[in-house]
Amino acid sequence: MDYSAAMGRSGVFLLRALLGLSFSLKGMQLLVTQLYKIGVLSLIIIIVSGLFIGMVLGLQGYNILVDYGSEQAVGQMVALTLVRELGPVVTALLFAGRAGSALTAEIGLMKATEQLTSMEMMGVDPMKRVIAPRFWAGFISMPLLAIIFSAVGIFGGMLVSVDWLGVFEGAFWSNMQNAVEFEGDILNGLIKAVVFGAVCTWIAVFQGYDLIPTSEGISIATTKTVVYSSLSVLGLDFLLTAVMFGSI
Amino acid sequence: MYQRSVELAVGVFMLLGMGALVFLALQVSGLSMDSQKDSYKVYAQFDDLGGLSVRGRVSLAGVTIGKISAISLDRESYSALVEMDIYKEVDNLTTDSVASIQTAGLLGDKYVAISVGADEEFLADGDTIFDTQSALNLEKLIGAFASGQVDI
Repeated sequence: MDYSAAMGRSGVFLLRALLGLSFSLKGMQLLVTQLYKIGVLSLIIIIVSGLFIGMVLGLQGYNILVDYGSEQAVGQMVALTLVRELGPVVTALLFAGRAGSALTAEIGLMKATEQLTSMEMMGVDPMKRVIAPRFWAGFISMPLLAIIFSAVGIFGGMLVSVDWLGVFEGAFWSNMQNAVEFEGDILNGLIKAVVFGAVCTWIAVFQGYDLIPTSEGISIATTKTVVYSSLSVLGLDFLLTAVMFGSI
Repeated sequence: MYQRSVELAVGVFMLLGMGALVFLALQVSGLSMDSQKDSYKVYAQFDDLGGLSVRGRVSLAGVTIGKISAISLDRESYSALVEMDIYKEVDNLTTDSVASIQTAGLLGDKYVAISVGADEEFLADGDTIFDTQSALNLEKLIGAFASGQVDI
């Protein structure tokens, strides 16, 4: 009963948050501030982890493929794994940990210290002022972060396999270009990132808005945000992959 | 002033995202502006495609000169009909050209290799290459070898 009530509340909440974005100058400024907090500040963790994941993929792929004498295929392996799977999924997991938990804690503290209630008393709709800009900022940031992650990862893979291990550069890129399709791989990866971004931000913002306004409630809600986001990202990833690439 | 630097950072973030998408599109997936090159259609019939697929390569002397645009079954001759888009600038394929299905490497992709003949006339849009060689079917070859039908 509690769960279905929460689902209903979160559905209404999502609708109100989506429609709550105002296109006035003030609304845009709020959105840009949140884009900075959610997107720009997540950039460092995304770039660093993307670089290292790409480098590891290049190293592991090279060590396996060199046994078969086909180490040129390392490019397509790195690019396909990153663009199709690791880019969107790992970015979403990092995003949930880095930005999602912060969103929950911030909104939760606003609720616990009754800032949201006092905004309502002043005639300011907290949905428009607080929730909608955060929601849209997460929704916009996540795909951009995922693309940057994939691009940096491919660069990292190239760094290891071409510059350090001596895979022929021309074959590295041409194999990759033959294997990766723009519509089939990159756009589908982007769709995944958009879905994950929406789900992660939705969970984070709703958990913050719906929590029990005590210090313990905030800690429970923050934990819930990370756990629920991670689980739904991984579950949705399987569903989306089955629809996009699988033949189930 | 604070708001301005925030806006600047967000702008850079957006540009970085767009730039990464362009990088993925052009460098990684090889999407190029001239991929829609002008081309004309040439058909060829094969007895056995052996895994040839649409969007495969058509090559002449190892150089890509077009791609396979459609594969269908010819109901009358029970053979495979392959439709190829050949780039416009390669307009001097002779009418007695031979089309054969070959494999890139030992286990690589199948592609159509065209070797030109000595005829004076050239293939035009909608023409058919009659002289074709089907794919080398490894299973059949091994089967024939195992049952002793092949003399070495």
